[in-house]
Amino acid sequence: MSSRDFPQVRLHIVTGKGGTGKSTVAASLALGLAAAGTNVLLCEVEGRQGIARMFDVEPLPYAERRVATGLPGIDGQRGGVVHALHIDPESALLEYLSMYYKLGRAGRALDRFGVVEFATTIAPGVRDVLLTGKVYEATKRNARNKNAITYDAVVLDAPPTGRIAQFLGVNHELAGLARMGPIKSQADSVTTLFHSKRTAVHLVTVLEEMPVQETTDGIAELRKHDLPVGGVVVNQVRPRDLDDDDLAAVRAGAVTKRQLAAALTRSGLSGDAEMVMGLLAEARDHAERRALEDAQRALVDELDVPTYELPLLVGGVDLGALYELAGMLREQGLA
Amino acid sequence: MTAPRRSRARSRVGPQSLTGAKTLDVDRLLDDPRTGIIVCCGSGGVGKTTTSAALALRAAERGRRVVVLTIDPARRLAQSMGIEVLDNTPRPVPGVGGAGRLDAMMLDMKRTFDEVVESQASPEKARQILENPFYVALSSSFAGTQEYMAMEKLGQIHADAQRDGTYDLIVVDTPPSRSALDFLDAPERLSSFLDGRFIKLLLAPAKGPARLMSAGFGMVTNALAKILGAQVLRDMQTFVAAFDTLFGGFRLRAQKTFELLQADGTAFLVVAAPEPDALREAAYFVERLSEDEMPLAGLVVNRASPQPMGDVSAEEAMAAAQRLRKDDADPRTAGLLRLHADRVRIVERESLLRRRFEAAHPQVPTAVVPALAGDVHDLAGLRQVGALLAGERPT
Repeated sequence: MSSRDFPQVRLHIVTGKGGTGKSTVAASLALGLAAAGTNVLLCEVEGRQGIARMFDVEPLPYAERRVATGLPGIDGQRGGVVHALHIDPESALLEYLSMYYKLGRAGRALDRFGVVEFATTIAPGVRDVLLTGKVYEATKRNARNKNAITYDAVVLDAPPTGRIAQFLGVNHELAGLARMGPIKSQADSVTTLFHSKRTAVHLVTVLEEMPVQETTDGIAELRKHDLPVGGVVVNQVRPRDLDDDDLAAVRAGAVTKRQLAAALTRSGLSGDAEMVMGLLAEARDHAERRALEDAQRALVDELDVPTYELPLLVGGVDLGALYELAGMLREQGLA
Repeated sequence: MTAPRRSRARSRVGPQSLTGAKTLDVDRLLDDPRTGIIVCCGSGGVGKTTTSAALALRAAERGRRVVVLTIDPARRLAQSMGIEVLDNTPRPVPGVGGAGRLDAMMLDMKRTFDEVVESQASPEKARQILENPFYVALSSSFAGTQEYMAMEKLGQIHADAQRDGTYDLIVVDTPPSRSALDFLDAPERLSSFLDGRFIKLLLAPAKGPARLMSAGFGMVTNALAKILGAQVLRDMQTFVAAFDTLFGGFRLRAQKTFELLQADGTAFLVVAAPEPDALREAAYFVERLSEDEMPLAGLVVNRASPQPMGDVSAEEAMAAAQRLRKDDADPRTAGLLRLHADRVRIVERESLLRRRFEAAHPQVPTAVVPALAGDVHDLAGLRQVGALLAGERPT
């Protein structure tokens, strides 16, 4: 199924500052997009094996593996299939060489002379071209890769916001290695896909100052390079257990100990002084954080991009939680 | 303005008390004149930069002469420390109290690389290198350059400080890497590259000893030319040839910095947040540091959720909230109880994660810093973080 808000998009790139939960969001998005009868591919490129951990499967090889069934439809329709791919630059290079150059022995010789290591770790920009090249291949399957699955959507768990524009190739002219030759033409077709309507870059943030600032900067940079900005996913939003009036009362110190003690007694708790003081202190702390979140939320709203909201999960994120989040993303229209 | 000295015996309060981990004595580390370098490492988004800056400020206000080397501070924090201008030189931080001093700088990796080239090569050769397209790309975008240059800059500042007696403590923030391990691997990777067969391969045509041009070499060069294009290959060869004489110096300095990191005067602090991924990275790092015989001083767990007050369990609080909601008499108190229940659950989960870390690494002293409600962007905020790092109770 395609995303409700981004119906033309085949490739969803998910980025975000470290610690904001971009991998969780990418995985949930993949589950949400995998509606009945569809195939979705979730890719990771940072060598963390995060997908294997989230979906509780063996560490992924450089091959597409079925990892989960997509989120069922509201009508109870069974979900589609989520596949996952762990892309490492060494394998991508060797595959690329064999696919395009039929370099059998020379390919192995390249490895022996340290060329593979050079290309994947030292040579500027090449690593990114290799990683994005594989994502491109999976998104736009052609005759070179026979018998491969054609995906309805590809979700990329991408590098963090600070590196995303560079990762997507805006500096290829700068990165001398990709200035000409076959690597350049490969990089160019990848770049064309990234700049097209078939791609959207989603940014994950939490309502704190630095991540929001980084999101703002990231969007500006993506726009500067004509890369398609998708939505902003506001993650780990604190529960709204107190409404604005309650928060105002807490901030003004208008919640008296006596009232609270009485209410606690009514609720069947002891309502002793320690508990009353504790709850009030927690309430003040919460009110302060909510004020901070509201200020950051206002900044996010000014960004003029569709926003989606996911709650803070107090129990942590397990596979069940991913489905829960996928449901919210589908409900809100990102999936 | 000086942070008050506290006695070392402090009561275990807050989340710390939940586990039996050894407490990291931050003040003792900062006050020990033998501590010459503190390296803060860990995965992205765990508050490394804030931790480094807070430690540096606290050390300075306790009387040390400190320089903090940061990589990418938040804009407002950089402004308040007077380092929003990138000039690759330590600048005094205004507003620091106490008898010590604090300088700060933000790393400019390309400039650091350029400076190394300029200081090592003749002006003519330096120009040749600096203008080479391959060098331009390598110095500004190679994923490991930042790590390598952070090490390089640390080596420089350390040498200067030894010579001039400017600083007696250097605090280093490490770059936000794909993986925290990149920081330790990058120098080794660069020098093994410089030593490797690949360089010899690139140098072979320039130097031209026929015996090196084996069949394998020819095949590889041809393949490279095919993939990269002949021009790119030529740029690389020119670069490597011009850089050839500098390689030795690079390797030597990388080696020296590595030894400096292993020396007794260095203390590594692994920074994490109480989350599975961050603690897993921290565990890798702890293991890696001990493999490399790097002096690990301890673990800093940032953003710990504050310990709930009182002894009402999450279940009790939720049940009470339910009863209040049924009467619909007092939604506010019900809300407060639900908040309390969430907090209890979050703290339970975090302490479980930390207990697991501790079970695997019982020898690592730990400092737990409770999450602050707001962001830190001035010296007052850093001072507060410093106090929390040192185990002072929040006021």
